[in-house]
Amino acid sequence: MLQLQNVHAGYGNVQVLRALSLTAKAGEVTCVMGRNGAGKSTMLRTIMGQIRASAGSITLNGTPIHGLPAHEVPRHGIGYVPQGRRLFSELTVAQNIEIGLMTRKKGAATRDHVLSLFPRLRERLSQRASTLSGGEQQMLAIARALCLEPAVLLLDEPTEGLQPSMITLIRETLLALKSTGVATVLVEQRVDAVLAMADQIAFITAGTVAETIPAKGLSHTASQFQKYVGI
Amino acid sequence: MDFGPYLLLALMEGTVMAAVLALTAVGLSLVFGVMRVVNVAHGEFLMLGAVLAWFVTHYVPGPPVVGFAVALVVCPLIVGGIAALSDTLILKRLNYDPEATIVATIGLSYIFQQAALSFYGPDARPVEAPFNLRIQFPWFGYSGYKIAVVLAAIVILLAIWLLMTRTRAGLIMRATQLDRDTARAFGINVDRVYAAVFALGAGLAAIAAVLIVPIQQAHYLMGHDPLLLSFIVVIIGGLGSLRGTLLAAVVIGLSDGVISVFFSPTLAKILATLLVAMVLVFRPQGLFGAKP
Repeated sequence: MLQLQNVHAGYGNVQVLRALSLTAKAGEVTCVMGRNGAGKSTMLRTIMGQIRASAGSITLNGTPIHGLPAHEVPRHGIGYVPQGRRLFSELTVAQNIEIGLMTRKKGAATRDHVLSLFPRLRERLSQRASTLSGGEQQMLAIARALCLEPAVLLLDEPTEGLQPSMITLIRETLLALKSTGVATVLVEQRVDAVLAMADQIAFITAGTVAETIPAKGLSHTASQFQKYVGI
Repeated sequence: MDFGPYLLLALMEGTVMAAVLALTAVGLSLVFGVMRVVNVAHGEFLMLGAVLAWFVTHYVPGPPVVGFAVALVVCPLIVGGIAALSDTLILKRLNYDPEATIVATIGLSYIFQQAALSFYGPDARPVEAPFNLRIQFPWFGYSGYKIAVVLAAIVILLAIWLLMTRTRAGLIMRATQLDRDTARAFGINVDRVYAAVFALGAGLAAIAAVLIVPIQQAHYLMGHDPLLLSFIVVIIGGLGSLRGTLLAAVVIGLSDGVISVFFSPTLAKILATLLVAMVLVFRPQGLFGAKP
């Protein structure tokens, strides 16, 4: 279980997160929604240690991770799919996957399992990541994060700019992960994607979680979407 | 001597120059490529390598080849260690800010120069070649050691290419070069990679120094020309591009050799500088550099 309690963080003197608290449970998808600039991506980067939390705590199964150097956070089992994919563009698909495997010293079995989730990547192992289509790049970004066999998976708008068939594939993959006990934190702006995957939805505004609600039974017209996302 | 043999001699001199220049410039290019640091102290790492080579060969007993072999191993390690320490104590604290690191490496270069002046002195001192072999061509005799320098440089550059393209360490360096934040998100200790790359770059300059010091001499101001030529090479080849750096080193080295023999070394430097100016005007990213 990933838990953020009263986390404050920002860039230099600009405070972005203000007393943000959030809990992501094992085997559940926690969707995070909010307007642009609300602090969603900053929250993920703070969890990953790329931005230092100035106050509050971040724990993974009770172990504090907020003071760790950024490169040690993923070794605790937190996989990250950043916004815009951030693949190692000049490296091949196989090399991107190898870097994912290196993080927690995973081997061929993990590699085979991940490639079985995205068979199209297996056909493109020797291809440079920059030459893949947008959907394939997103597959690779997710595959690379899954190579950690993460306990927690953080995804920052993974369906952004993708065609419907690719969105379906990613949605199915994330739903399959739930059954393996992975705690997923998904920053997402598409209401249909959120409603299809989420167990709970946290709405962020001005750097803090204003409201957390269960997703079950929620409709597209729920007032929170209008209030916090403007949809 | 006829024109043909004279040209051959010039090309051979140019090849030696190109080999040493390639080693030095690849170190500079590697540091810029991975760390985005313009290392103005790179020439002084070469100088330190040469000065240390003098100390090692001077104090290690036995035939010259023993001292030289020890220098070839020990000097790059010491210089690499100094570079790693400089990275950790200075560049890391500046968060690798491009402007700040230029100023810092200028400061480092003066510190190294003055340290060499204090402990080594102002005199240029020769280092004996590990062996004296003269290869006799039909038209002239040529130093076997110089040919060995070219072969050694080729082997070392090949090893660097294999390191970067075929090993896990190379993969980590390339990933760090492409995106350091994402590299951290996959467990790569970027600080350690930077220290290692800075040490490797300086170590390559030190190897070049040990190889060249029996041909030139060790002197505390000897880092200036290699630094200038290395910058010329990496600008022409494309900052951060190892392939471009190698090609440019061959072009500049050979042209320097030929022009120096037939005309004058000064003209060779003028033409190289003119070439850099042309590249900066018409192809600022260099021959193989990525467009900004």
